[in-house]
Amino acid sequence: MRNFVDQLVNNYEFLETFPRPLLYLIAMVAASAIILGFIAILVMFFVWLERKVAGHMQDRYGPMEVGRHGWLQSIADGIKLFLKEDIIPALADKPLFVIAPIIVFVGAFSAFVVVPFSENLIVADLNIGIFYILAVSSLTVIGIIMAGWSSNNKWALYGAMRSAAQIISYEIPVGIALLAAVLPAGSLSMRDIVLAQSGGFWNWFIFRNPPFGFVACIIYFVAALAEVNRTPFDIPEAESELVAGYHTEYSGMRFAFFFLAEYANMFLVGTIVTTLFLGGWEFPIFPSAFAFLNPIIFVLKGIALVFVMMWLRWTLPRLRVDQLMYVSWKVLLPFAFACLFGVSAWMLLLHSA
Amino acid sequence: MLLVIIFTIFAAITIISAGMVAFSQNIVYSAFSLLFTFFGIAGLYVLLAADFLAATQLLIYVGGILVLLLFGVMLTHKIQEVNLSNESMRLAPAAIVVLAFLGLLSIAIYRTQWPTVPVPELTPTTARIGTLFMTDYLLPFEIASLVLLTALVGAVFIARGRVKK
Repeated sequence: MRNFVDQLVNNYEFLETFPRPLLYLIAMVAASAIILGFIAILVMFFVWLERKVAGHMQDRYGPMEVGRHGWLQSIADGIKLFLKEDIIPALADKPLFVIAPIIVFVGAFSAFVVVPFSENLIVADLNIGIFYILAVSSLTVIGIIMAGWSSNNKWALYGAMRSAAQIISYEIPVGIALLAAVLPAGSLSMRDIVLAQSGGFWNWFIFRNPPFGFVACIIYFVAALAEVNRTPFDIPEAESELVAGYHTEYSGMRFAFFFLAEYANMFLVGTIVTTLFLGGWEFPIFPSAFAFLNPIIFVLKGIALVFVMMWLRWTLPRLRVDQLMYVSWKVLLPFAFACLFGVSAWMLLLHSA
Repeated sequence: MLLVIIFTIFAAITIISAGMVAFSQNIVYSAFSLLFTFFGIAGLYVLLAADFLAATQLLIYVGGILVLLLFGVMLTHKIQEVNLSNESMRLAPAAIVVLAFLGLLSIAIYRTQWPTVPVPELTPTTARIGTLFMTDYLLPFEIASLVLLTALVGAVFIARGRVKK
């Protein structure tokens, strides 16, 4: 970002009159706003896609009325949510009730700062990239607990507690599985991780260090599904048991914040898998020939993974709480450790950094 | 100049929220205020060019410790009202202790030479931290992990209940 501003100042001399830090600040805010807008539009697409996928999997059409094949449905829903009355339950804890959706939203969207859409299309190539994503995502769980508690509703509190237990448990396999991709890259920076996989799909980390790269990718994907509360791990908002879980009492725009954050988190998981295991912005074969398509390829890979999540949602039944803990601690975690050791052993044997 | 403004913002967030942690009548508010304290401290770490430490601060304290704390708070009976188990409150001795401690702290703060360094450049720290853990600070690192392992084993032992014979 700093280099970009410096270049801009070199090209346009009138910018010299402004103080440099102010320009950096403006550039940062502008870039964040662009990312926010882009992700918000993508999320609206996902909401529509989810309903279409659900419809077609259940042998019906899904939304068809608003626009061709209902493509304007999300916009109509958005307008409806904007216009709805802002209801805060009388016995709710008002300040916490108001802050909670904002915290969830911030946790979901601030992670996109380090997502590398292409080699240079990245808001901030932080040296700690993937670690930063894990850190800011942990804000979400606080927001969820806050929402559940402040609603003053039994279902909401149950949902929040379940969510907290689930997210804490699955954070561990997530971290360990990600290390299986960080080790061969030798860096936490999202850009360096993608650059370490350049040159065709056989260099992607999912196919490196066989079979550990592949297993680590699957472990991350499964654990991340639980982190974003998606079926089959959606017990925090299990509608057949808890009404709607932690956001039972929310309506209108506050509900929309939770909804946007959930779908943004899904896309975030898609981009993390893409970046760490699926070669990021690179086309599978002859990547240099398709370099101009890089950002589009990156987004398409992310969308494909989000589609897999939707596919799973409408295929699999929900896990019980005890099964959930069993999967995390007795299945995913040991295999994640095995992957970590396996990748390290491969790297030692082959002397590849 | 910009750095001073950012520092002031983060310092204010930290101090105000820390005050809320200490003075709030509602224990849930205290716990949630800790979120902003941790966030402010993470921001200060970033200003000191310790980006890895800042992310660790968020990951460990917000993602782990604060969540467990909230769990504990929500399992507490009667959150809203603070129940004092010890009724005998003596103002005078408390005031003496507090004032003495305050005086001691003020003297210490006043006498300390606060060294200032130029704002450090934001350079990668992760690799250096890792190398130090594996070389100069290997023993403290291993001892810390041993302590954590012991705590883990102890927690499992307490939690699993009686073994049936």
